[in-house]
Amino acid sequence: MSTKKVEEIDHVAIRFAGDSGDGMQLTGSKFTETTALAGNDLSTFPDYPAEIRAPAGTLAGVSGFQVHFSSSEIFTPADNPDVLVAMNPASLKANLKDLRPNGTIILNGDAFSQKNLEKAGYTEDPRGPLATQYKVVDIPLTTLTREAVADLGLSKPDADRCKNFFALGVMYWMYNRSLDVTEQWMNAKFKGEILEANRRALRNGYHFGEITELLPVSFVVPPAKIAAGTYRNISGNQATAWGIIAAGELMNTPVVLGAYPITPASDILHEIARYRNFGIKTVQAEDEIAAVGVAIGASYAGMLGVTTTSGPGYILKQEALGLAVMTELPLVVVDVQRAGPSTGLPTKTEQGDLLAALYGRNSDSPMPILAPATPGDCFYVMLEAFRIAVQYMTPVAVLSDGYLANSSEPWKVPSVEDLKKIEVQHPTDPATFRPYSRNEETLARPWAVPGTPGLEHRLGGIEKENISGTVSYVPENHDFMVRLRAEKVARVAKSIPPLKVEGPSRGKLLVVGWGSTHGAITAAIRQLHGEGCDVAHVHLRHLNPFPSDLGEILKNYEKILVPELNTGHLTLLLRAEYLVPAQCFSKVAGQPFRIGEIVNKIRAVLAEEK
Amino acid sequence: MSAQPAATGLTRKDFVSSQEIRWCPGCGDYSILAQLQKVLPELGIPRENFVFVSGIGCSSRFPYYMNTYGFHTIHGRAPTFATGIKVSRPELSVWVVTGDGDGLSIGGNHMLHVLRRNLDMQIMLFNNRVYGLTKGQYSPTSRTGMVTKSSPQGSIDYPVDPVSFALGSGSTFVARTVDVDATHMQEVLRRAHDHKGTAFIEIMQTCVVFNPTEWDEFENRKERQTTTLQLENGKPLVFGAPGALKGIRIEGGVPSIIDLADGEDPVSRGVAIHREDLESPAYAMVLASLVRPEFPFPIGVFRAVEKPVYTDMLQIQIDDAVAKRGRGNLEKLLNSGQTWTVQK
Ligand code: SF4
Repeated sequence: MSTKKVEEIDHVAIRFAGDSGDGMQLTGSKFTETTALAGNDLSTFPDYPAEIRAPAGTLAGVSGFQVHFSSSEIFTPADNPDVLVAMNPASLKANLKDLRPNGTIILNGDAFSQKNLEKAGYTEDPRGPLATQYKVVDIPLTTLTREAVADLGLSKPDADRCKNFFALGVMYWMYNRSLDVTEQWMNAKFKGEILEANRRALRNGYHFGEITELLPVSFVVPPAKIAAGTYRNISGNQATAWGIIAAGELMNTPVVLGAYPITPASDILHEIARYRNFGIKTVQAEDEIAAVGVAIGASYAGMLGVTTTSGPGYILKQEALGLAVMTELPLVVVDVQRAGPSTGLPTKTEQGDLLAALYGRNSDSPMPILAPATPGDCFYVMLEAFRIAVQYMTPVAVLSDGYLANSSEPWKVPSVEDLKKIEVQHPTDPATFRPYSRNEETLARPWAVPGTPGLEHRLGGIEKENISGTVSYVPENHDFMVRLRAEKVARVAKSIPPLKVEGPSRGKLLVVGWGSTHGAITAAIRQLHGEGCDVAHVHLRHLNPFPSDLGEILKNYEKILVPELNTGHLTLLLRAEYLVPAQCFSKVAGQPFRIGEIVNKIRAVLAEEK
Repeated sequence: MSAQPAATGLTRKDFVSSQEIRWCPGCGDYSILAQLQKVLPELGIPRENFVFVSGIGCSSRFPYYMNTYGFHTIHGRAPTFATGIKVSRPELSVWVVTGDGDGLSIGGNHMLHVLRRNLDMQIMLFNNRVYGLTKGQYSPTSRTGMVTKSSPQGSIDYPVDPVSFALGSGSTFVARTVDVDATHMQEVLRRAHDHKGTAFIEIMQTCVVFNPTEWDEFENRKERQTTTLQLENGKPLVFGAPGALKGIRIEGGVPSIIDLADGEDPVSRGVAIHREDLESPAYAMVLASLVRPEFPFPIGVFRAVEKPVYTDMLQIQIDDAVAKRGRGNLEKLLNSGQTWTVQK
């Protein structure tokens, strides 16, 4: 056993970076899995290029995976990693600016050939100069991996493909992790020499850590003190998919998902397609419009219709969503927002679709809008979306984003008993049935299902008379129906729980966030509270309608700051709706907020003259 | 039509809705509506199991006039909603009503995909070769050179032929009929319904306001003998007035017309025999290439082949997944894979 020093630390952030073909996403997620099982709180952030395989060794092809883990509660993948694992010069160059001062660089020395340095745009080898500012651990990963698997008779490319596991082994040693979870996964995933080679690379990496003089210290991050319960690691897209599955079970109504592949939403379709044994029907449609059409057709037929997409696809669905508004059918549409306009930055995050979700359809076409705050929250937001859709007979938009979709966090597994069952009702009595009669409380119309004798009726995009549901061109009826549809959505607010304000209930500054900025804002607020700053935070999961108490809360603060990954959508809405001087803290770089950016902005606002 | 009501006890009247019909007087749509209301009661299906789905256009008003479940959706997308309905409840009898603009212009993409997926539903495409509801622009099936408000110097678009389109999309049932021939249309509608798979029917329909002469040569029964080729499975491709019969030969994929003497056996003269059930659509494609005025215009069933339908295959996958893994259990799902427990 190693006799090296072991240090206990509170938290670490590691970024694994390499070529798209180096398997960094896999390496990062394996490290995350093991870390989660060790009981740390954690947060991850995969950041990868849109191209599947950009030219090897170039900056464009660099793929990164950051994992932040801690013995106390954390909210983000961390602004600046403590450790950078760089598999080649390009990944070093692309990521170095984020590394914290005096951070550790673990690099594959074998990759620093003249050719690779040139491809990365280095005119000279950076390793020497860097050693004065960082701890540089230069390991000949390729050579050591080849040696480890030498007698297995693998081709050179096959042997070299194992080097990410060698690096992973080194990191497991550095943080005193067990190899078990990853080895179990390998046993199930690989066979024959490839299995043996990967296992050896992983173990040799670990042993290399034990014996090398390059790494004098290893670290222990003790388990986090979090609420008792069973936990799992979950990404936003997975939680979204499971939320959809759960909604079907809790409502005892089959789910039909219509979807067309689009980054970064496709994984929701992939995940749900695996669970046909829940009776779920997935239809990979010919395009985004067909996908929502299938979902609306399913809703009309009494199923839980749902469609999942990202910004460009969301826009294509708008006309059909208008039909769902007009015909008052329950439907959930998930928009995993990405940086735009147009194709934009397909793999990068943004919150730019809020106004489109609210106002993007022709004419007055109101729809409830929700946004999950964390990866795990996607699960609960999906349940909430289906609840509203079915109880109010309306399409509902859920605005996730690329950051939530791909990042992950430990998630306390709920007990199914604790999840609220929602009763779905379909009328059957021809004597009392009117297609557009109204529930007094919610204004919902009845959800009659084809196949029910005596309830034959026609729905459609043409304006209908209230109650009877027959086609009506009467001016007064149209005026009435436009307002009725708006009122129905407004009434959703009555079923929304009160907001929770973190910090003083009145004072100098309120930070209002929505969606995926929750982690960075919460971390910033906690830090500033530690410094005694007068600042509060409220986070919105319901964006249409706003919670009933939001107006009162806003009035209790002198200033309102709205950090959002767009140029001010929520800010505009708050100003318009409540006539408050909300100011936007905007970022549109395809990247989530850093905690430090928000901390600095809040400090600056607090320091402003009134 | 037989006088006895079908097993459901339904009659034509049961399918007439109370909505006032808003098509122009003399529009071919009336006849189609009437034939369908005649055929539906005979199918032995309870009324509540019929769903009519349409897009936008004159034809798409159809669902409002049928006292069944109906969904008047958005332009061109009817096949997508119909797919969602059929996938959800395969027991329903789903009918898509569309037109040449709705189904082949704005909705061409969906038409292609619904046909290739082979969902068990009927698609009736009313082809009047003009845009009616938007008041008379040329459509994707209009002849090149057609003068309309949007093509004052004549359309420079080449038209698409609905039957060729359907065959090219892999449709397992493709037929053509004409609004003025009630008996023929009823027969085709019955056949379409009986077919298990997507049944595509082009109906030559006259828009009396914007394209009144388009189908003139098919107007009367007598003229139809020479202007149309009536397709009958297993029968030779013969057309023409009695005493002046002609046959169609197909050699090397190329059709030609021959004159038949009185009483002459067409088969011995090399006239092709109609086969609906050929696996390859190549022969049906040759038939679809027969156009006026060189050839008679074929009406009837071009192709009817059996192939597993989408909803059956989907159900097999569901059953298979349940058999292998058991009915899904939410508690198990949430706790599947790697989990860990934090003690108090
Ligand atoms: S415009 Fe033409 S197709 Fe439309 S209803 Fe009138 S006649 Fe029929």
